[in-house]
Amino acid sequence: MDGSLALEIPQIFPEIALSVFGIAILLLDTFLPKSKRHAATGIALAAIALTAVFTLGLVGEDGTFFSGMIVVDGFSIFLRITFLVVGALTVLASSSYATRENLAVGEFQALVLFAIVGMNLMAASNELIMIFLGLETLSIASYILLGIKRSDAKSNEAALKYFLLGSFSSAFMLYGIALAYGATRTTNLEAIGREIAAGSAGMTLIYVAVGLLFVGFGFKVAVVPFHVWTPDVYEGAPTPISAFMSVGPKAAGFAVLVRVLMVAFPAAYAKWLGLVWLSAVLTMFVGNCVALVQSNIKRMLAYSSIAHAGYILVAVATRNQEGVAALLFYTLTYALMNIGAFTIVSLVSRQGDRKTYLDDYAGLGFKQPGLAAALSIFLLSLAGIPLTAGFAGKFFIFRAALESKFVWLAIIGVLNSAISVYYYLRVIVVMYMKEAPDDWSPVAMSSSAIAVIALSVLGILQFGIFPDMLISLARSSVIGYR
Amino acid sequence: MRNYFPLLLMFVVVAATVGAIIVLSAVLGPKRRGKVKDSPFECGFQPFQLPTDRFFVRFYLIAMLFILFDIEVVFLFPWAVVFKALGWAGFWSIFIFIFVLGAGYVYAWRKGAFQWE
Amino acid sequence: MIPLGFYLVVSAILFSIGAYGFLIKRNIITLFMCIELMLNAVNLSFVAFARYYALLDGQVFVFFVMAVAAAEAAVGLGIIVALFRNRQTLNVDETNLMKW
Repeated sequence: MDGSLALEIPQIFPEIALSVFGIAILLLDTFLPKSKRHAATGIALAAIALTAVFTLGLVGEDGTFFSGMIVVDGFSIFLRITFLVVGALTVLASSSYATRENLAVGEFQALVLFAIVGMNLMAASNELIMIFLGLETLSIASYILLGIKRSDAKSNEAALKYFLLGSFSSAFMLYGIALAYGATRTTNLEAIGREIAAGSAGMTLIYVAVGLLFVGFGFKVAVVPFHVWTPDVYEGAPTPISAFMSVGPKAAGFAVLVRVLMVAFPAAYAKWLGLVWLSAVLTMFVGNCVALVQSNIKRMLAYSSIAHAGYILVAVATRNQEGVAALLFYTLTYALMNIGAFTIVSLVSRQGDRKTYLDDYAGLGFKQPGLAAALSIFLLSLAGIPLTAGFAGKFFIFRAALESKFVWLAIIGVLNSAISVYYYLRVIVVMYMKEAPDDWSPVAMSSSAIAVIALSVLGILQFGIFPDMLISLARSSVIGYR
Repeated sequence: MRNYFPLLLMFVVVAATVGAIIVLSAVLGPKRRGKVKDSPFECGFQPFQLPTDRFFVRFYLIAMLFILFDIEVVFLFPWAVVFKALGWAGFWSIFIFIFVLGAGYVYAWRKGAFQWE
Repeated sequence: MIPLGFYLVVSAILFSIGAYGFLIKRNIITLFMCIELMLNAVNLSFVAFARYYALLDGQVFVFFVMAVAAAEAAVGLGIIVALFRNRQTLNVDETNLMKW
């Protein structure tokens, strides 16, 4: 076992690199003088770049490793790259934010790296306990990130709410894992699938396990009826972390949900399809309808992210390669538009995250036209207007739904997209149709924030006008995925 | 059940000994009552706060650090049981584990978490 | 030997007590203990299954769950201490700065 174990270590080089750099940043932070601590941002970006190289080096090395615990396939590599993009944008967006709010930059960036490790492990796990450990790595890092503004009562409250509900839902998920283990004597996803197919597992236990696992993942990805924490947490969190939370854990949660449902429990499809179907419909309606009446833009984006989780659930329900490819496309492009939108919200909110209401955007289109134009692109993309990546993503998901004969899901999805246009456009109307207040203070820009916004705009337009490249990449990475 | 008889015997002996000591000291011990003697802390000064008062927040920090380092050590136990069978692979795995734990220790130390004030 | 079902029933009861307590209690520390109770109920299931099937991995999972629970507890206590410094309360009904 000596040799084989050592030979398999390159398969987790991405995670090792991120962990080592994260620890290095933490330790370096305590030894450097205060004036040099912002070096953490550069180190974190270098770590992410190095990890991307390692991850791309895994292309074509498909297989399972570490006694079947880690799986390398196109799906996991695509998702790992998505998480690295999310991480890089978060690191960039939070560096200027942390300086503005007087937060510890080193700890901030190290925790973002640890969170990426957790997400990567979730995407690459082929084993329920590994999934649990990845999820907890992600969750514990995000509990701390949410509460990192220690003297801010709202940040405390966000951290506490997410912590309590997060660990509550982890307990449900863990119980589901225990029951699945009890029914099949294994926690390996493929082995569970084989045991169920062979008919040697108690189906009652399996159904209960699937239900409990769905509760656990449902909390993490914020689908109705497990969404109640979302608006409070996104509102109270430091804004770059709201951006991160709305895309990173969501993508990771969906990755795991898809893998678990398709690899381990295809035999229970008839049962979990009902859950997913109902939850998708409720999630779309609740998210969009409650978003209509929000006056705080962070809460509006929170409900919008709930609604988007509903669209992604439609992709899960299709259970075919086209749907999974659409899911991959959607999570990546959604990450770009949401991080971009939240970054602008963070800039406009000024120091202390105070100006987050719709009225604070009045006149932005005249005072700072570049910023307003970028925000308009993000919001139009979230609404799914053609020529943006958001439209392409929704198009692929609904087409996959139609191909799998989920006509009603597709119709409800399109209807909901139409509802959502109203609240996204409302922000744009306020920016361009209302006068700026007399005591207008200019929004302070920083080069790192500009980089995040520019990259996101470029990505959205690129994948919106020429979606073929990304979707064919996504399709080729789910080949062999049933 | 016979195997458990010595255990039962031990319970009985312990209960009897403890009971005997409590009863004997209550009966035989000298009793001198007085205002000072009956005060909650018989050491010369008035209690200045109730024992149900809040803990100093530092205790929680110590408790957190204790929980973490205490529980992480639990992974050493299964390794210790089969450490010969695992050989060098096991050794290096646990070495890296301890190294990561040590990094956490250095971080806590440099942050001043071990300082009382 | 005590049959497997007994352990599973005890585990399910403990889990339900924890979940019920989480939903009705108002003190954050108590909520915290309810979550620990739920996790340990799951641990009992793991150990019972592992023993029943004569497999060791179920017992190893318990180690992982314990380590994760400890890390969660440390972070949770940190959040609670920070919250208490700002708000002087540990009642969840009073932590309501944000509402829709």
